[in-house]
Amino acid sequence: MTDDLIARLVDDLKPVPAGALQRRLLLAVLLGLAVSMPLMAIWLGFRLDLREATGTAIFWIKSGYTAGLGLAGLWAVEQLSRPGHRGRRPLRVALALVTATAILSIVDLALAPAEARPNMLLGSSALLCPFFIMALSVPFFAAAIAFMRRAAPTRLALAGAAVGLAAGALGAWVYSFHCTEGGLPFLALWYTLGIAAVAAIGALAGRVLLRW
Amino acid sequence: MGELQEREDRLRTLMLASLAGDAASYRRLLTELTELLRRYFQRRLYDHPSGQVDDLVQETLLAIHARRITYDPKQALTAWVYAIARYKLVDLLRRSRQSKHLPIDDVADFIADDTVSAQSTDDRHDLDAMLDALPERTRGLIRRVKIDGQSVAEVAAATGMSESAVKVAVHRGFKALLARFGGKQ
Repeated sequence: MTDDLIARLVDDLKPVPAGALQRRLLLAVLLGLAVSMPLMAIWLGFRLDLREATGTAIFWIKSGYTAGLGLAGLWAVEQLSRPGHRGRRPLRVALALVTATAILSIVDLALAPAEARPNMLLGSSALLCPFFIMALSVPFFAAAIAFMRRAAPTRLALAGAAVGLAAGALGAWVYSFHCTEGGLPFLALWYTLGIAAVAAIGALAGRVLLRW
Repeated sequence: MGELQEREDRLRTLMLASLAGDAASYRRLLTELTELLRRYFQRRLYDHPSGQVDDLVQETLLAIHARRITYDPKQALTAWVYAIARYKLVDLLRRSRQSKHLPIDDVADFIADDTVSAQSTDDRHDLDAMLDALPERTRGLIRRVKIDGQSVAEVAAATGMSESAVKVAVHRGFKALLARFGGKQ
């Protein structure tokens, strides 16, 4: 019986080019981007002062923080889609990014005059921000789950969390082209909260969606 | 170089050739992996019907084939193969836990230890008498799975029932037996 199976599998053998898995993941990201970016542009709109904003540090900090977390998340997705890999290093990188930003925000708040603090932390869109991030992460989430289902994750909750981290951070990166908030503490709190929520949903969904 | 390292190097070379499309290497690789996997599952499923080991070996070979894109050439091949095998093993144990509230194997031990393995004809008669209390179809299924040692998959294939239907029927049969005879000894 097993000999028959081996014969069938050998007949079915097609070459696998080097880097095939990474290319598949890249395709998933581009698919997510192709839906998420237009969704943001039509639904929320690019910030009107985008040209001037690109001359400010906080615009690039927001963009860099979310892109950095997104890349760490994608690295974790790639690692955890392979049996026998633990994905510890990318998750450590993500944790370091979050911690560093949190510490800088606390310093920033401590140095600021007391009356400026509420605005640095809450801005004008505090409660909405995580929900917009979650909504814009849906296309990335769907594409990354589809990628993961065709791969071979062996730690399903962790693999799902990595999918959520990548999708949440990429959704936040797209959102940063709309968001006009200028406080570092705002970024550290509300952006991180939105991304963490998607990661938590991914961890829960992974147990069910990623079985193979 | 140790024996394990030699095997790893040999299998990894075969895998890299297979990924490049070399059918002869792939056949040798799968044949060697079959032995490796059989030993791996046998050590861990010594108290399960032998059919389950074969099922798992084949399922793992299929997974290796279908998901070979996830092999990282920088990684040890045996680590990759064993990670897949362990996932399939855990998945089987989880599924068999979920599919029945009362584990079939525990009840089977109750009968198997006390009767079948004793090889006594008296016990064998007792068992037949107990089984006679069940509907004919259930009796046949229990006989095949728990006394002849066929796997659920084999029985399902032979009777045309689904695997879960076989498991449910066997489970209900055992529960009925326990309800009737469980209290006496």
